[in-house]
Amino acid sequence: MPSDTPTGLLSIAPARSTSTPAWFTTRSNAAWAEFQSLPLPGLKDEHWRYSNAKKIELADHAPAKTPTAEQSKAALAATEGLKERAARFVFVNDTLVESDTSGLPAGVVCVSFEEALKSHEAALQQHFMKGDLPLGSGKFAALHLAHVKAGTVIIVPKNVVIEKPVEIFHWVVGDHAAIFPHTLVVTGDHAQVSVVDHYRSLEGEGGLSIAIADLVGGSGSQITYAACQELADDAQALHLSSITAGRDASVKSFQVQLGAAFSRSESVSDLVGQGARSDMLSVSLPIGDQIVDQRTLQRHKAPHATSDLLYKNALYGKSRTVFSGLIIVDEGAHYTDAYQTCRNLLNSNDAEANSLPGLEINADQVKCSHGSTSGPIADEELFYLKARGIPDIESRRLIVEGFLADVIERFGNSEVLDTLVARIDEKLVRAE
Amino acid sequence: MSLEIKDLHAQIPGREILKGLNLTINPGEVHAIMGPNGSGKSTLSKVLCGHEDYEVTSGEVLLDGQNILDMAVDERSRAGLFLAFQYPHEIPGVSNANFLRAALKARLPKGEDIDAVKFYKQLYARMDQLEMDRSFTSRSVNEGFSGGEKKRNEILQLMMLEPKYAILDETDSGLDIDALKIVSRGVNAMRSENRGFLVITHYQRLLNYIQPDIVHVLMDGQIVHTGGKDLALKLEEKGYDWVKEEMLAAAA
Repeated sequence: MPSDTPTGLLSIAPARSTSTPAWFTTRSNAAWAEFQSLPLPGLKDEHWRYSNAKKIELADHAPAKTPTAEQSKAALAATEGLKERAARFVFVNDTLVESDTSGLPAGVVCVSFEEALKSHEAALQQHFMKGDLPLGSGKFAALHLAHVKAGTVIIVPKNVVIEKPVEIFHWVVGDHAAIFPHTLVVTGDHAQVSVVDHYRSLEGEGGLSIAIADLVGGSGSQITYAACQELADDAQALHLSSITAGRDASVKSFQVQLGAAFSRSESVSDLVGQGARSDMLSVSLPIGDQIVDQRTLQRHKAPHATSDLLYKNALYGKSRTVFSGLIIVDEGAHYTDAYQTCRNLLNSNDAEANSLPGLEINADQVKCSHGSTSGPIADEELFYLKARGIPDIESRRLIVEGFLADVIERFGNSEVLDTLVARIDEKLVRAE
Repeated sequence: MSLEIKDLHAQIPGREILKGLNLTINPGEVHAIMGPNGSGKSTLSKVLCGHEDYEVTSGEVLLDGQNILDMAVDERSRAGLFLAFQYPHEIPGVSNANFLRAALKARLPKGEDIDAVKFYKQLYARMDQLEMDRSFTSRSVNEGFSGGEKKRNEILQLMMLEPKYAILDETDSGLDIDALKIVSRGVNAMRSENRGFLVITHYQRLLNYIQPDIVHVLMDGQIVHTGGKDLALKLEEKGYDWVKEEMLAAAA
């Protein structure tokens, strides 16, 4: 039934309670107005080349409803999680249903977004969505800001080291339900933390997640972050992340894209302090008609900083990936080391990988490289494994696991990895 | 019980390479095949394993009575055939240990897994025999290995998989004398009355270390001469021309 009347997320104004701080309500309202005024990026928009913003079906989705007691219970039962963790948050439809922060050292702020609005206004005002969103999803980010109410705010004070990971689960349930998960991680000097966001569908229904994760690393601090997207097959997912690495800070981020019909990640690393480092890693295993759209930006604003990006996609069926990455080295950012590699393993003749690598260098004494490769499994590799008696399907799986292995090894956080690798293996079996 | 190759013809598009090859290897025997470049030595090893670049146009290969030509590459291996590759491939990201475990697991009934403790015990013992550092268990298969390390790794696989019939395709190529001795020691340790070997080589040198029972000369896709281990010495000394002359004389 064609109609010009906006529906769903295009028309449903966000509801803010009266207890929300005034500054936030103002920003939220402004964002709603901005969302409504901004056009949807068109096919000719450089940031959407080979992709299509209409794949995020705004009109068909509405903010997720508060979960029923049964849904919350089912989500908690399905949240397997890590045995060893510093904290865990479980959200269902942007509603906090469980939080456990018993493993955190003293002094750490690790609260739900809703709680942070009450108790840590100053920190939020300083850090909340301060990025410039340069990769094409300004409209969607505005929608996120307009609706955001769930997520986690983690502030680690100077010199505090959190050994075990903070785990966050965002479940979406209900047909056409949209969630807006938010993650903010701020580390003081020489602090250390690792955080994992999981995005999942409780039932096999489509849903939409428009998530934002902002990571701000103070001097000499270390942040490890993983976003593991395993939404249902016909869901849509958008993940916008920004990394700000201060002097000698090291931030490692890992995108694991396993679910959703359409998933898009935009990852920006700003190296703002001397000696900063950002490792940007990603693994995806699209099958069937899945589309994985990846946009990255490495901005070197200070000398002696390093950014190293490695994205690997193993494609099956008629799936498609788009990787568009840009390195910008500012004037004065001398002695930059910036690398960008995207590798695609095509396990089917119908799969398609598009790569758009880019470099913009305005400084001297820099080491930069970018490159992308796409190709099928080499016949001789396969022959070698089969000649040892390993059946075709197992041989291919070994090769794909091997193909992904260096990304996984570089992430290096063993507790988090064990579960991620298990999830990747499950997906691999499905891919066959 | 034997590996029987009967009137084997094989080709790549437009060119026949094996032209009616006959050879029978009984368990316990070590056969060597020598021959000039382009005679079909490496083709024979690949055809036996089922490499898809080659088409078998006629003939049979029976492994203990079972025709393996209809089998897939992996089935042939599980049936007991092993090829030590001339140029072993690199498999990035797959550790040697995982690779060997997968190969051994493929030989077990479905659902069963190998005993990890026993596996590593055996693996380490075999690696010690081949003077391979333990770090090779976690390194990616052949990746960054030297030529000699790759060949040792082939023999390690032979030792772990314990095939009925093993083909060594120019295992000596690119090896210095020390590596050659180590590799040969590994092969000799695997010689048994239950196992047959086919050693393909370009040089007689290898046969000082792996002593064959029977030596064949392969020329133009056929076995044209068969003799004892002294034949290898004669070939090394005199080359292949005399074999050709004998063939021509016989044909005349």
